[in-house]
Amino acid sequence: MAPDGWFRRKGNAAGKAARKHLDALPDGLWTKCPKCGEILFSKELEKNLKVCSKCSYHFKLGAVERLAIMVDEGSFVETDAGLVTINHLSFPDYESKLAKGCANSGLNDGMVSGTASIGGHSVVICVADFGFMGGSMGSVYGEKISRAFERGIETGSPVIIVNTSGGARMQEGLVSLMQMAKTSAAAAKFGRTGLMYISILTDPTMAGVHASFAMLADIIIAEPGALIGFAGQRVAAQAQVIKPPQGFQLAEFQLEHGMVDMVLPRRDMKDTLAKILAMGARR
Amino acid sequence: MALNVLDLEKPIAELDKNIAALKTVSEEEGVDRSVEIAELESQRDNLISQIFANLSAWDKTLIARHPSRPYTLDYIRAIFDDFIELHGDRLFADDKAIVGGFASLSGRPVMIVGHQKGRDLKERQYRNFGSAKPEGYRKALRLMKMAEKLGIPIISFIDTPAADCSFGSEERGISEAIARNMYEMSMLTVPVVVVVIGEGGSGGAIGLAVGNRILMLEHSVYSVIPPESCAAIIWRDPTKGPQAAECLKITAQHALENGLIDEIIPEPLGGAHRNYDAAAASLKAAVIRNLEELSELSAEDYAKDRYAKFRNMGIFGTEPQE
Ligand SMILES: [Zn+2]
Repeated sequence: MAPDGWFRRKGNAAGKAARKHLDALPDGLWTKCPKCGEILFSKELEKNLKVCSKCSYHFKLGAVERLAIMVDEGSFVETDAGLVTINHLSFPDYESKLAKGCANSGLNDGMVSGTASIGGHSVVICVADFGFMGGSMGSVYGEKISRAFERGIETGSPVIIVNTSGGARMQEGLVSLMQMAKTSAAAAKFGRTGLMYISILTDPTMAGVHASFAMLADIIIAEPGALIGFAGQRVAAQAQVIKPPQGFQLAEFQLEHGMVDMVLPRRDMKDTLAKILAMGARR
Repeated sequence: MALNVLDLEKPIAELDKNIAALKTVSEEEGVDRSVEIAELESQRDNLISQIFANLSAWDKTLIARHPSRPYTLDYIRAIFDDFIELHGDRLFADDKAIVGGFASLSGRPVMIVGHQKGRDLKERQYRNFGSAKPEGYRKALRLMKMAEKLGIPIISFIDTPAADCSFGSEERGISEAIARNMYEMSMLTVPVVVVVIGEGGSGGAIGLAVGNRILMLEHSVYSVIPPESCAAIIWRDPTKGPQAAECLKITAQHALENGLIDEIIPEPLGGAHRNYDAAAASLKAAVIRNLEELSELSAEDYAKDRYAKFRNMGIFGTEPQE
C-alpha cells in the first residue's frame, strides 16, 4: 500500500490526515487475530490485505485502505469532500464524537465518495469507514450517496458502494431516517439508466444502511464472515426466546438465504469487480 | 378505560369520573344537574388545555402509544366507505401487522395501506404489536403497484414501534423488503399521501412512508430510533427514554420545523383517543385537501415531486474546496 500516488484529493485537509493515517500503520510489529488468536507479523498481514493467514478472518479496513486495494493506482479523485456535518439538534456530545471519528479515520465523515477506475473501467465509487462513528449515516453520508448516483447518471458510469455501517446516525434524529428514503430514491433513479450498481457488504453492514441503498444493487457482494442484517444481534436476541440459528446474520447466512450474490474473499475482489464491470459495460 | 390512563391524564380522569357520577345521579334521581355538569366539564376542558399546552416529547411519545388511541382500522371504518381488504404478499404469507385494500373516499376509489396494532393482549399478539415482517412490506408494495396500475391514489397510515426483527424476518430479508418499498414508492406514478397516526418507528415506518405529502397527527411521533434504545446506547440506561425523546426531538412539531413533514393534523382536545369521530373528521379533511392539491400534477410529475421532496432532506454545511 503506497501512501502516495494512488490517492489524489481536490481538497487536501482530509488527504493529509489520510496519509498520516497510512504512515501510522502498522501500529505495532505484531497484530493479534481477534478470531483465532494467532499472532501475526503486521507487515505480512498488511501484504495479505489484512486477512488472517491462519483463519482467513477479514480485518476491518478504513476507507482509505480499502480504496488502495480496490481501485487502479492513482485513479481515485475524491468528490464532495467539502460537505460538513451540522449538529442541528444540538445533540449532546455529537461534536466530540465527530472529532473522535475524524481522529480515528482521518476523514471528515464516515463516507468517502469519488471517481476511480477498476481494471480500466471508470466508476463512481463510495467507501464507508467504520472508524468514523461506526459508519453511521447522517445527512452528509446520505447526500454523498445520492450525489454519487446522480454523478453516475451524468457521466454514464457504474456505481460501486463499499458498505460498513451500524445504521442511521441517531445524533441527527429524523433527518437521518430520511436519508434511507433519499438514497433509495436516488438508487431508483439510477436504476432506470441501464447502468450497473454494485454494493459490497463488509463487516458490519446493519440496520438503516442495510435496509436502504445497500440492498438495492444489481449485484451484492459480501466479504467472508461479515455481519450483515437489520437488527443488531442484541436487539434480535432480546426479541426471541430461542437461540439464533447457526451463523445468524453472517455473510454466508445471507448467501444461503438468497440475499447476496456471492461471498468473495478480499484478494479476489478487485479482479472480480473488473470482470463484472466488463459484463455490464454499455455496448 | 381506567387501566388505560396515562399519569399525565390522571387529573383529567378524576374529573371525568366526577362528571360521569354526577350524570348517573342526575339520571337516577331525575334531578337536573346540568349546570353543575357543564361547570365541571368546562373545568376539565381547561385542565386538558393546560396539560396539553406543556407536553414534553416523552409525553407525546406516551400519547402516540396510548392503548386507547385509534388505530388504522378505526380510521378506515370512520373515514372510508366500502373497504375491501386484500391479503397476502403472494410470496410467503399474509402479515397481520399491515392491512391494506381498496376503499372509497367521498366517492373516489383509493388504495389504503397501513400498520395495524392490536387492542387487547390477544389482538396485540395477532398483530405482532404493529411490527411488520417482510411479507407485510411486500403485501403493501403489491397493493401500491396495483393502485399505480389502476391509476388510483394511495393513502398510507404509519403506526409501528419498529419493523419485526425476528430470525424469520431476517431470513426472509426484512432489510431488502423495506429498501425495496422505498425504491419502488419513490417511482410510483400516482399520488401518495402518508399520515403518521401514532408511532413512526424508524425503518419500520419509512418502509411505508415515501409519499408526496407527509402528514402527522398532532400528538404522533416520528423517530430514527426508539427513545429507550437511544438512551440505552448513550447513557447505557433504557429508563432515560424521556431525556432521549427530548434530544431526538421526535414530535410532529419538530418534524415540521425541520421541513421533514408537510402538515400537522390537529387532534381533538386531550388527544385522538378522547374522540375518535372528531379525530377521524380532522384527518379526513386533511387527506382530502392534500389529494385535491395533488390532483393538479400529471402522472409523471408524482414521481418527480416525490424525488425532489426527499432529495432535499438533509441538513449539512459546505466548505469551499481548493
Ligand atoms: Zn485468524
